[in-house]
Formats: sequence, structure tokens, C-alpha cells
Amino acid sequence: MLILGVLLIVGAHAWGLTAPLNEAQMGITGRILYVHVPTAWVALLVFCIAFGAAIRVLWAGSKRADYIEEASLEVGVVLTIMLLVQGSIWGRATWETWWTWDPRLTSSAVMAISFAGILVLRGMLHNPDKRRTISAVSTIIAFLNVPVVYFSVKLLPSIHQLQSTPNTVDSEMHWPLRTAAFGFLFLSLGLIGLRARVAELRAFRTEEEPDLPPVPETLQVEV
Amino acid sequence: MSAPVEIISERREVSLIRSVGLIFRKDILIEWRSKSRLVGMSCYAITLLMLFAFAVGPDPVMLQKHASAYVWMSVVTVSTLLLSQSFQNELESDALEGLLLVPVPPAAIYYGKALSNFVWILLLELISLPFAVLLFQLDLTTSPLQFVAVLLLGAGGVAAPGTLYAGLTGRLASQQLMLPVLLFPLLIPTVLSAVKATNLIINHDPFDQISAWFAVMCAFNAIYWVLCGVMFSKVVDE
Repeated sequence: MLILGVLLIVGAHAWGLTAPLNEAQMGITGRILYVHVPTAWVALLVFCIAFGAAIRVLWAGSKRADYIEEASLEVGVVLTIMLLVQGSIWGRATWETWWTWDPRLTSSAVMAISFAGILVLRGMLHNPDKRRTISAVSTIIAFLNVPVVYFSVKLLPSIHQLQSTPNTVDSEMHWPLRTAAFGFLFLSLGLIGLRARVAELRAFRTEEEPDLPPVPETLQVEV
Repeated sequence: MSAPVEIISERREVSLIRSVGLIFRKDILIEWRSKSRLVGMSCYAITLLMLFAFAVGPDPVMLQKHASAYVWMSVVTVSTLLLSQSFQNELESDALEGLLLVPVPPAAIYYGKALSNFVWILLLELISLPFAVLLFQLDLTTSPLQFVAVLLLGAGGVAAPGTLYAGLTGRLASQQLMLPVLLFPLLIPTVLSAVKATNLIINHDPFDQISAWFAVMCAFNAIYWVLCGVMFSKVVDE
């Protein structure tokens, strides 16, 4: 899945970057669309996976769901940071500023911080049962940010454009954009699978540690 | 042999509302008997208001323009400390297990504690407000009812998620760090709406925009009070 994702991303960019340019206002910088928009879609989707996994942890007590939740949170935070960096570069080229207090930009940054906070919290909880429950509860509540990010451009219109879909771009850009989105999706799913496996092995190693020999009683030295 | 049977037959079911009321009364009484925490928190909030004023400078127009932000930022910052203490009484005396063993639903514990936090945050707002009016020369008399509504919704929007996260992070050694890290991103809609609504009240709301901010605050209050009550039972199960 990882290799398929990488191939699709490379193919989509080769296709998109060499296709005729039908972007009237932004020119060549508009081509960052092929990486920025799929990153945004997949980041929100990955947080949806984390949310689903958190619900499963709470109501079914699934350990596997906890590993998937941990992996999805990490991948989602990385994707959101990538999204902010790409948006910042695109903003510099088109809006002539690296950052503006637009509701979409601000809510995306808040979303990244709130999910990163859960990852920090996980690192501080050493009891696996407690970590599983507390991070699931925190993920469910932090997920409230996701619809806020998605609808922010409609509810609080500002400098950022409305949600992009393949139908809102020129037909020449349609298929490269869609292919790149599937590439990012497969790559992210592959990374989540790998990271969840790492979490599972780490938990196995922690929980299946061999019994240590009993601590010897303190030697009493008679003077 | 008949005594235990009599005791069981005399035991009454305590309703959810009564359980909430009892836990609320317990927390309020403990705090009210010492009062030291409220006095300390109020002093901190007033100091923060003054620090904001020092940072911006003595320009009265500039201070008045941003006064709503200073008021709410000081309330939120101090509330975080207040919230972080809300489970400390039980944790310090190992009484949390005892409280959890009381035959009441966990939601009653949450709502009792959240309501007491709501009252303390409201008191904090009411104590620091006259100082804000004095320091920043504010006129809040034009729509007092709307202002009371902003204070109530603001306190509710902070208390509901704050109580849950205080419970989540209560046993962590670095609770003072983790509580704001987890809580502040969730408070942004409430704080943003409260700041905007307060600003509109100060500036007499010329375009009648305040209802939209009230709607946001009401929506987040409803979501947080319901969702956090449900989630708390999952947290205390551990």
C-alpha cells in the first residue's frame, strides 16, 4: 500500500506538473494544489479514523483500535503540519504573507495542537488501560475541531477559498488531483498500518516482560 | 439477624438531581469555608488585567478597544488553575475512590463538580469585572441582560470541558502543564465568541451582530455539557 501510494503521488505530480496550465490568476504556483488539497482531505479523513478507533476503544475495549488510534493521531498531526507549511508557502506566493488570521488557517493550527497534545498526554500515561481510555476520551472531544475546520470557510468566509473538490478545478486538473488524493490516502493508510504494528509490538514487549527474580532481602550485617 | 434487612429496606434511592446537588453542595462548602483560593485567584486575575494594560501602554482608546480580550484571557488563565484544583481535595486525602464508591452515577459526580466550578468561575468574573470597568473605562450599562448572558455562557463553556480534563489529568505529575495544553484548544470557540460579544456590548452593537455569537456559545455549551457528562463515566471507570 505504501509503494502504491508513492507511485500514485509521483504519477499524479508528473501528470499534473506537465499538463497545460489553465490557471489564470495564480500561474505556476497554482500547481501546489496537487499536494495541498489531497493533504487536507487525507488529514481530515485520518482524524476520522482516529475518532472511529477511539469510539471502538471506549465501547468495545479493543487494544487493536488503540494502536490504530495512536497511529492515526501521529499521521494526522504530521499531515496537518505539512498542510500548514504548504499553505504558508502558497499564501506567501498568492496573498503575499506567510500567515494570516483566516478562520481556516487558525482552526487547522488549533486542530494540530489539540491532537498533538493528546500524543504528549499518551507519553505521560504509563498504565496501558488508563492511557487507552484517557486518550480515547480526549480524541473524541478533540474531534469537535474537525467539523469546525471543514465548515470554517463556509461559516466564516475570509481570504481562504471554499472547500476544493475535483469539480471546482479545471477538467485538465481533475484526474491528476484525484490520483494524488488516492496516492496520499494509500500512503497514509500504509503508514498507519506500520505505525499501529510498531505500537502493538511495543505494547507486547512491555506487557510480556519476563518475570524478574525476587528482590533479595536486605542483608543484615551483625557488628 | 433482622437488623441488616431493616437497613436495606430503609435505604432510599437517591435521584440524579439530588446526587448532583449533594456533590455540588459539598464542593461549594469546602471552598467557601476556606475562601483563600477564591481570594488568591481574584488577586491573580486583577494582576493579569494590570499586566495586559502595562504591556499595551497607557493609551485609553487602545485599552478600551481590546478590553474584552484582556478580561476573558485573564478569566480563562485563572480558571485553569481553579479547575486543576477541583479534584485535588479528593486526591490529596485519597477520597476519590470513596467518592466513586458512593452509589450514584458517575455523571452525578461530574455535573456536581462542573456546577461548582461554574459558580466559582462566575464569581471570579464578577470580582474581576469592576476592576476591568475601572481600569479600562468601560460602559456596560447599555445592555446589562446581554452582558449577564455572556458571563453565564462564558463560565459554562469553560467549566464543562475544564472539569472533564481536570479529572483526566488529575493524577498526572505534570497536570499544571497538560491541562491548558489539552483544554485551551477546546475553549477557543467559547473564548472567541465571549470576546466578540463583550466587545459588541461595549461598542453598543451597531449592526446587531451579537445573536450569532450567542448562538455559537449556546451550541458549544450544549455540546460540552452533554458530551463531557457521557465521557466522564468512561474516565472514572479506570
